Amino acid sequence: MTAPLKDITPAERARGTSFYEASARTRLELLLDAGSFVEFIGPEQREVSPHLKIFDLPEQFDDGIVVGHGRLDGSPVFVAAQEGRFMGGAFGEVHGAKLTGLLRAARQIGSIPVLILFDTGGVRLQEANAGELAIAEIMRAVMEARSAGVKVIGLIGGRSGCYGGGGLIAGCCSALAVSEPGRIAVSGPEVIETNRGVEEFDSRDRALVWRTMGGKHRRLLGAADVFADDNVQDFREAALELLGLVGPFGLDSVKAEQERLADRLRRFGACEDAVDIWTAEGIAHAETVPELPADQFIALADRIGRTSRDAR
Amino acid sequence: MTLDDIITSLFPDGHEVRNDKGVLLGSATLRSGDTMLVLGVADRTALGVDEAIRLSGHVLRSIGRDSGPILVLVDSDSQRMSKRDELLGLNEFLAHLAKVLIHADMNGRPTIGLLYGHSAAGALLATGLATRVLVGLPGAAPAVMDLPSMAKVTKLSMEALEEKAKSTPVFAPGLSNLAQMGAVHMTWSHAASLADQLEALLADMPAARDRRDALGKARGGRLKAAEIAERVRDLAMQAR
Repeated sequence: MTAPLKDITPAERARGTSFYEASARTRLELLLDAGSFVEFIGPEQREVSPHLKIFDLPEQFDDGIVVGHGRLDGSPVFVAAQEGRFMGGAFGEVHGAKLTGLLRAARQIGSIPVLILFDTGGVRLQEANAGELAIAEIMRAVMEARSAGVKVIGLIGGRSGCYGGGGLIAGCCSALAVSEPGRIAVSGPEVIETNRGVEEFDSRDRALVWRTMGGKHRRLLGAADVFADDNVQDFREAALELLGLVGPFGLDSVKAEQERLADRLRRFGACEDAVDIWTAEGIAHAETVPELPADQFIALADRIGRTSRDAR
Repeated sequence: MTLDDIITSLFPDGHEVRNDKGVLLGSATLRSGDTMLVLGVADRTALGVDEAIRLSGHVLRSIGRDSGPILVLVDSDSQRMSKRDELLGLNEFLAHLAKVLIHADMNGRPTIGLLYGHSAAGALLATGLATRVLVGLPGAAPAVMDLPSMAKVTKLSMEALEEKAKSTPVFAPGLSNLAQMGAVHMTWSHAASLADQLEALLADMPAARDRRDALGKARGGRLKAAEIAERVRDLAMQAR
């Protein structure tokens, strides 16, 4: 017999559950209002990848992504959560098409936001062409939805991070929340090392990986707007905060984004390491940033004050 | 065909397209007398933060100032794989380039990609795959993933991969495989003038709606994507 959970509220359970460690389904269950989640094309329908059997690889009945509808503080939201433990959360044909369909509905409706819980290494190698194209279709669908007034929020804090084409989709979102273990990049550490050598990037130097691609650096750069502690309740609160902050998307946004990114290159383009960037931002003892606990780091990031608001 | 040959054949009425370290920026005159904005990546150059910001800036400077369609020429490496590019947020720069192209396309500046050489991964997503119509030229050699890297990850031999590639277009490199997926809308011929083929496309541009999944289904390359997306869309419309 396990101990009864009856005295624990959903918020307490969400607060006590690591986002990083949780499965995609647990993340959704605890992120949304209790009992509100309805899945579209769930695992019982066994819509598996048609391509993995070419490689004698096991399929998963949901192809590694859960999409559906639920409520957040009483308001309707569409949600998609990638399962980083199935093939690294990689995008394949079916996996990607579920998210594309969800975004197309959001565009048509116009008023229901979309939350994407990224957890992905990028394109699924065994169906590389279909996966790459799925990502292109999702990027287009995100921009069409945003142009129709839909807020698309990315939440990044899973085991597989948000790499490859996942990083590009994240860059198309209205706003992002990230936790310390959430990494955002295009080329992963091993990919850079394999292609350019260990002198360019030592993928086994975990401290280097975290400070180059990890959540703290992304938050300080303004690539992510909110830093969440690694628990599901913090991500829920971050999502609610971002939904309240995101403005409309249009020509002014892309122009502001051009200026924001060009300014970043001017300021930090010659920096060789994240610590140099943080130092250039005026952070004293920048080398201690990776050790800061979440509350102190959030205070620091808020003081630096870089966000992508009004841009992006 | 060299890049110069391609541009001359596309724009016999003149162009001002400059190649600066693999970044193509400029404009050209169409037969109609209209101007076409031109940008792209040449000489198999890797697309990093410095290249991407120049390309997106070129498009943004044109919006509001010019009218007419936009051409994106592509002969790139993949995204630039470096510590510096990732440190500075390469994902944001590549996404921004794609966003600018998509935004332009949705707002009266139809975009055409012309894949005439190599491209891969993040570079292809930010350029050719962010246009409304992606055209391939014979000899183009896109590779989302190259087979030696795939062999390493899948622990299969090159021979085994090449054998599997014969029966499915879903993972192997090459223009025809991407066309079967629906990613490449059409392949032009070197036998006719590229200007004629460009004018024919411009006269008959498809609507801005993304139909690549339906194209992939019709061509037998992606049998499930269109149906899955449509089913999810229907369910989501009912659920609100």
